[in-house]
Amino acid sequence: MYIYDDIDQRIVDERVAQYRDQTRRYLAGELSEDEFRPLRLQNGLYIQRHAPMMRIAVPYGLMNSRQLRKLAEITRRYDKGYGHFSTRQNFQLNWPKLEDTPDILAELATVQMHAIQTSGSCIRAITTDQFAGVAPDEIVDPRPMIEILRQWSTFHPEFAGLPRKFKLAVSGSRQDRALVQAHDIGLEFYLDQAGKLAIRVWVGGGLGRTPILGTVIREHLEWQHALTYCESILRVYNLYGRRDNAYKARIKILVKSLGAEEFKRQVEADWALTKDGPGTITQAEFDRVASFFTASRHTALPDQDAGYEAAKSANPAFAAWAKRSVHGHKVAGYRAITLSLKPTGIAPGDATAEQLDVIAELADRYSFGELRVSHEQNIILADVKLGDLYALWEKARTHGLATPNVGLLTDIICCPGGDFCSLANAKSIPIAQAIQEKFDDLDYLHDIGDIELNISGCMNSCGHHHVGHIGVLGVDKDGSEWYQVTLGGKQGSDASIGVVIGPSFAADEIPGVVAKLLETYVANRTEEERFIDTVRRLGIAPFKAHVYAKEAA
Amino acid sequence: MSNLIKNNHIVDDLWTLVTLPAPAEDTVRKQAGKVVIFKVTGEPAATPAQLAGAVIPATGHVIVPLTLWNARKEELASRAARGKVGIWLESYELLEDLLASFPDINSLPVIAINFPRFVDGRGFSLATHLRTRHQYRNELRAIGDVLRDQLYFMKRCGFDAYALRADRSVEDALASLRDFSEPYQGAVDDALPVWRRYGRVSHHAGTAHAIQPSHEDQVD
Repeated sequence: MYIYDDIDQRIVDERVAQYRDQTRRYLAGELSEDEFRPLRLQNGLYIQRHAPMMRIAVPYGLMNSRQLRKLAEITRRYDKGYGHFSTRQNFQLNWPKLEDTPDILAELATVQMHAIQTSGSCIRAITTDQFAGVAPDEIVDPRPMIEILRQWSTFHPEFAGLPRKFKLAVSGSRQDRALVQAHDIGLEFYLDQAGKLAIRVWVGGGLGRTPILGTVIREHLEWQHALTYCESILRVYNLYGRRDNAYKARIKILVKSLGAEEFKRQVEADWALTKDGPGTITQAEFDRVASFFTASRHTALPDQDAGYEAAKSANPAFAAWAKRSVHGHKVAGYRAITLSLKPTGIAPGDATAEQLDVIAELADRYSFGELRVSHEQNIILADVKLGDLYALWEKARTHGLATPNVGLLTDIICCPGGDFCSLANAKSIPIAQAIQEKFDDLDYLHDIGDIELNISGCMNSCGHHHVGHIGVLGVDKDGSEWYQVTLGGKQGSDASIGVVIGPSFAADEIPGVVAKLLETYVANRTEEERFIDTVRRLGIAPFKAHVYAKEAA
Repeated sequence: MSNLIKNNHIVDDLWTLVTLPAPAEDTVRKQAGKVVIFKVTGEPAATPAQLAGAVIPATGHVIVPLTLWNARKEELASRAARGKVGIWLESYELLEDLLASFPDINSLPVIAINFPRFVDGRGFSLATHLRTRHQYRNELRAIGDVLRDQLYFMKRCGFDAYALRADRSVEDALASLRDFSEPYQGAVDDALPVWRRYGRVSHHAGTAHAIQPSHEDQVD
């Protein structure tokens, strides 16, 4: 992974000093609440329902074991001994004290971490595929480009006061796992007809209040121009994006109101002046950054392991876990595995300090000391030898990290919701827990197979409900909590936005609604058809009819 | 004491900022029940009554709103010819309108950009365009809600003068111009990104610490 040099380290250290002084001035009454808010937000600090919430950046979800142990130590020392992995691949503390936050940042800086631009109206942490670098269908490892973009966007002076938050995603594989169509800018690498690396540029996608998939404004961009082109997109947005209404301030609204053609024309007119300028990425810089990710650490191994096969035959529980949690790898004899942070009864994405230490130990022992956070809020160990899988599973299982539900119904994506977040209309974690409790029969879950159920506590959509096969959105009706259900959303290259099935439900009705949706699927599916395929083939009508049947009678 | 920083020094302010009287009827915008003061880019900046009612001091150096210049050019023309008129823009005004009024913007000794609230970042892009696309070389001044925590960004976008908000310490603000010693990306103050400024080390080269200035890789 990328390792800081003196320049990177100095920027992070100077940020700690700057933020420490800003916090001091706020506590001394020299900065008003309104003046401090954007400053602390651009350092990941929200003031929430119970306490501040601090969002720590995990660039493209990649961490080493030393960093993870530091996070464990911080949760013990400054919080309540646990933390939360978010759908933005970041790590959140739920209970830090405002006065402690400069010290927390100083601790993070000792392991090359920070909270820069994890919130606020600026360019946010850039996300990608959790299998970057190891996925068999990868065209190019997206991480070097993201690291170059990360550095470019860090304290970019021109974009320190955007109309709203701004999110980029980069994909380097044939199957998009980075949600490029649901971001303000999505950069999708592909090989052009000449076999050269090119970027397809998506703009104006986003979830939130007005879910919309992005538009391609440039089909073919040479990778050398990624920075200057993004800069022009951001410049047009910074100047012309709406600032009079926060709900209409995202770039998607500007692209929609100008039309994609006119937006593109303005971007290209600006870009004409900077194209080939000093911001053009050199091969030397790309190679320098890429060198941190290309180190060949793998041992030559056969792509099968007798011990692994034997363990699967002998142990059905291990086999069930392996079926869901072991993923293909581009290097023979290695696999990526998912450690589920979704056991029944725990808030999705939460991990205790003890679990963080265990994950660090597993990473050290089995996966080159590195791990990734997925936007599904699980942990990935990306480079595990086939022969190590059984031992890894045994250890993970004793620490609640091996629930065999990855990609199944109970692997729910869920925002912190009304229990923690001051923006939320409704709680989301108890809904996730109620669903997990109702569907705890693993045989049934495996029979249902691949399905994504996403829950957001408000239309800010941190739980990505719009792209869940089943989406649940908390809404406020006359001061009480109700839940709207959507069907047919999907992430990936063939992304779609879910459709609302009808009037909303009370919290305790949701598990029953999910049951009826699944019954409709089971009754109508063909062989090999996943839940989303059945929904796409039939439309929402039969699902809707079954869910609302009782009320109609 | 003066609240003006220019070229990293606290200096006396030669210029008087001319503002428009408040409009007769305030166009109040609301979002989610909260009054906001942001205007959409390209909105008209003044009414005829405001332009007629504005008081321009009879002598001295003045920075006037672009709309006022266009409405009362005759009054100001001779002073402008003597280099005693500067222009200021609202963050929502268009540079095209400035260029239409001043074919040679380097005839202006001062251009100021108003930050209605410090979180309104349009001024950063306006400044960047003025300095790069339009090659403006004279004083570029930040006015309005100018606070120390934004000065570093303003400097990087090409501002060289900052009229700090009156209730803030200008000495404290000076220090913030040096919040970061070596930025990552190119901007107006230094067009080169850090990897064109220095030869940075790759992973295989180990964790060498010496950072050598580099003068290679200049792109035409």
